[in-house]
Amino acid sequence: MTNIKPIKIAIASGKGGTGKTLLSTNLFYTLQKNNHEVTLVDCDAEEPNDTIFFSGTHQNTIDVTIRVPIIDESKCTFCVKCHEYCSYKAIFIIPPSKIIKVMEDLCHGCGACTYACEFGAITEKDVSLGKVNTFSITDKTNIIETRMRVGVYSPIPIIKRGINEAGNNHIVLFDSPPGTSCSFIQTVNKADYVLLVTEPTPFGLSDLKQSVEIIKTMNKPYGVVINRAGLGDDKVHQYLKENGIPLLLEIPFDKEIAASYSKGEIVAESKPELQEQLLKIFNEINQKYGVSNN
Amino acid sequence: MELAIISGKGGTGKSSISAAFATLEKNVLLADCDVDAANLHIIFNPTHEEEEVYIAGQTAIIDYTICTNCGICKDYCRFDAIHFVNNRIEISETTCDGCQLCSRVCPCEAITMVDNDKSRMYSGTFRNGKMVYGRLAPGEENSGKLVNMVRAKVKAIAKSNGLNNIIIDGPPGIGCAAISSITGVNNVLVVTEPTLSGLHDLERTLELVTKFNLKAWVLINKFDLNPDMSLQIEKRCANLGIDIAGKLPFEPVFVDAMVNCKSVLEWAPESAISKELKLIWSRINAPQA
Repeated sequence: MTNIKPIKIAIASGKGGTGKTLLSTNLFYTLQKNNHEVTLVDCDAEEPNDTIFFSGTHQNTIDVTIRVPIIDESKCTFCVKCHEYCSYKAIFIIPPSKIIKVMEDLCHGCGACTYACEFGAITEKDVSLGKVNTFSITDKTNIIETRMRVGVYSPIPIIKRGINEAGNNHIVLFDSPPGTSCSFIQTVNKADYVLLVTEPTPFGLSDLKQSVEIIKTMNKPYGVVINRAGLGDDKVHQYLKENGIPLLLEIPFDKEIAASYSKGEIVAESKPELQEQLLKIFNEINQKYGVSNN
Repeated sequence: MELAIISGKGGTGKSSISAAFATLEKNVLLADCDVDAANLHIIFNPTHEEEEVYIAGQTAIIDYTICTNCGICKDYCRFDAIHFVNNRIEISETTCDGCQLCSRVCPCEAITMVDNDKSRMYSGTFRNGKMVYGRLAPGEENSGKLVNMVRAKVKAIAKSNGLNNIIIDGPPGIGCAAISSITGVNNVLVVTEPTLSGLHDLERTLELVTKFNLKAWVLINKFDLNPDMSLQIEKRCANLGIDIAGKLPFEPVFVDAMVNCKSVLEWAPESAISKELKLIWSRINAPQA
């Protein structure tokens, strides 16, 4: 076995449903089978799915909270300063009628209102945004699942917490949320390497271009995996060629793969050639971009 | 009627199905609310009659000619966005939430806020009606506010042009952007696929739709990839009292249509899938008891 360095790899895509979870879970399975120490963080806190594919033992749960203000109306002078300090329009106030209300759904928990209040009328309480669940799959492998509560507006604090829980000294895979917005950036920002999954269709290409654009500005090394190869057209291939972007792997469109995935099976389990391909890609990425201890 | 098409899970076929509905009847108003990965303009190539700037919050910037490196801002930041890097205080642009507290606590007024102004909203005309779409700049918070702006524009265009058929292509997920896409619509069509992930995401999505007291329909796309799972989804919906709008088989003609910048109804109007889509549309639009 070659010398494996600690590394964080984000599996991402601009477009939803291209195969991030397929690639993440199969790579995790392959590394596990090769006796590596690896943690998979499911960063898609809005719709986490990675644990469907593995049976593990629940280790612990962290409740992720933010500090939301409570206003003591007997101390409040309705001076409006907290309302002015709030950048999220989360404090509703009508001074003449002596009405003040915190809209907890809009609050980001920044603490500006608490800082603003000169009359000691604001205290804070913890409000739950979601959970970070850790499951051990084998003695060397874990899945950390980030799970936002339904109805919560932003998954960011939960994703950050999940990523922090994974630690630094082994192989960590991030199954990213779709898109290129803030939650994608939070995930990719912490990675040493980004695996971009796309499909060979006009929608896939458009979203791929957007992902590439932002990853370039973040100065992260990256490569592309085309899923459902054989469908659509060859414009994604052309784009990769013209821009000198490495194409690491093509997973063919295959109804068998789709059916196996739909049942919550790990496709690589019955396809040793996929395991070999994934291991080869991983080893190359690890040699080049793994974090050296010395 | 205002119909929002969403799906918890990405890639279930929302946009292709939205595109089909947008070409079923004349004079529709189409809103692409998947502002993080807007794609319908690829199929419909609308004119850009109007372009509006969307301000996606603010970012704090330090003026190092004034900063004394005291670190007070770091103590107040709850987003872990401020750190000493090589002994100099720095604000991470990607982590800053734009709350402005650092700028308020800075004793030397060295921190100012700048607008995140790279996101845009476009509105114009396409071959079957009017279209509005948002494009969130990469890295911006997908807060749903740009979606709200698109929805407000749609309302205005509907009124001034007398358009009643409004189709909203929503984002994946169940966060703020999804919430903004469905609030106040007549019908929500949740597109799912017969996979364990699909079922799991569908449950969370239906929980959201129910929470907002909206009429939900479920469309199972690619149902033949796993008929057992499809049946399981149907049973689950029956238990929850949610109507199935219809089922569509896996059909490469969807992809062919997209490659040719057409909706499946334009590309293969006589195909079984197009006929089924028409049925689904009439089911959703039928007057409700």
